[in-house]
Amino acid sequence: MTKHKYLEDVTTLTLNTDKCVGCGLCEIVCPHGVFEMAKGKAYLADKNSCIECGACALNCPAKALNVNPGVG
Amino acid sequence: MSKNNIPKVSATLSLKDIAGALKVRLGIGRMNYMVEPGLYAIGNPDGSSPVLVSANYKLTFDILRKNLTDFSCWLLILDTKGVNVWCAAGKGTFGTDELVNRVEITCLSDIVYHKRLILPQLGSVGVNAHEAARLTGFSITYGPIRAKDIKAYIANSYTATKEMRLVEFNFMERLVLTPMELVPVLKASFPIMGIIFLTNQFAKRPFVKGDIAAYFGAVFSGAFITPLLLPYIPGRAFAWKGWLTGLFTTFAILCKSKGFTKGSRLMSFGQILFFPALSSFIAMNFTGSTTYTSPSGVKEEMKRALPIIFSFGALGAIIILCSHIFGKGRR
Repeated sequence: MTKHKYLEDVTTLTLNTDKCVGCGLCEIVCPHGVFEMAKGKAYLADKNSCIECGACALNCPAKALNVNPGVG
Repeated sequence: MSKNNIPKVSATLSLKDIAGALKVRLGIGRMNYMVEPGLYAIGNPDGSSPVLVSANYKLTFDILRKNLTDFSCWLLILDTKGVNVWCAAGKGTFGTDELVNRVEITCLSDIVYHKRLILPQLGSVGVNAHEAARLTGFSITYGPIRAKDIKAYIANSYTATKEMRLVEFNFMERLVLTPMELVPVLKASFPIMGIIFLTNQFAKRPFVKGDIAAYFGAVFSGAFITPLLLPYIPGRAFAWKGWLTGLFTTFAILCKSKGFTKGSRLMSFGQILFFPALSSFIAMNFTGSTTYTSPSGVKEEMKRALPIIFSFGALGAIIILCSHIFGKGRR
């Protein structure tokens, strides 16, 4: 199927790799495959697909993720 | 609550359920289509059966149960005020507090002896898994996004494939959303038709069928064509996509109704300014319905597009109205 693309370089998502504990929950909850795991840490594999839903930041046990989520 | 008091629901939808789904897709009683929050049984569940958590929007509830044929499990339905999982999670009603609350009210730990809750992945927008686990004593497992994958997910020892974890926005998913784009705009069109009728009482050059066609063409391209052809229209901003389809539709309708001919050039110019801008504005509304737009992206798009849309629209409207009120002859 066609992958939809929206505006680039607008997301407020940030990842603090130093804080990341590598639990992988961000990779599980993200509905757009923004995260992937490498060497026991998460990294932003596809940052431009982020829709700022906030699931990753809410579920991150280490508070390594930050995003301004919208409503709905 | 004893096990005998738990309502049992069927995995087969009745004709009434299907008619109900059709109605809410058209926007009829959409804000009040819900089931009672609480615990439900599907099949013949026992203390070892999985517990699936979901929202009390009846459309959600029905999609979930119709995907659970020949399967036994418990459904823990949260009070999301009749809103689907993803939107409710965004608003916080499908959230940690309500989950903790509902596990307590239903005495879930007396009904099942395992300690696992399966939440839809999109519920993670409102639920903090660690916090909810600490407060309920149940472990939180995020299942697949779509109800159709639940049985495969459980059979595969609670593992989702990469595909199950990604939202789509395919043709059918877009199609079912278009009535909710069209219906509100069509309702808003009644006063506009009234203004046109009143203007026609004194205008030197009354509005004719071609003008009405151009109006509904713009509405249709913004609320229907743009959402449907979304990934195939060049560009990324919805305002741009809507403007482009609006330009095509308006141009086609003007050609058919003999626009750009002697005596109607100025008015056609006004229409080319106004109608694509209208289509663009309507198409922007769809950013709120997709699965792939970000609030920052929408904000950015609005900041850049709205001034242009309003300038084009206002200038176009003035030209159209003036050429109708003061213009000469019919085209």
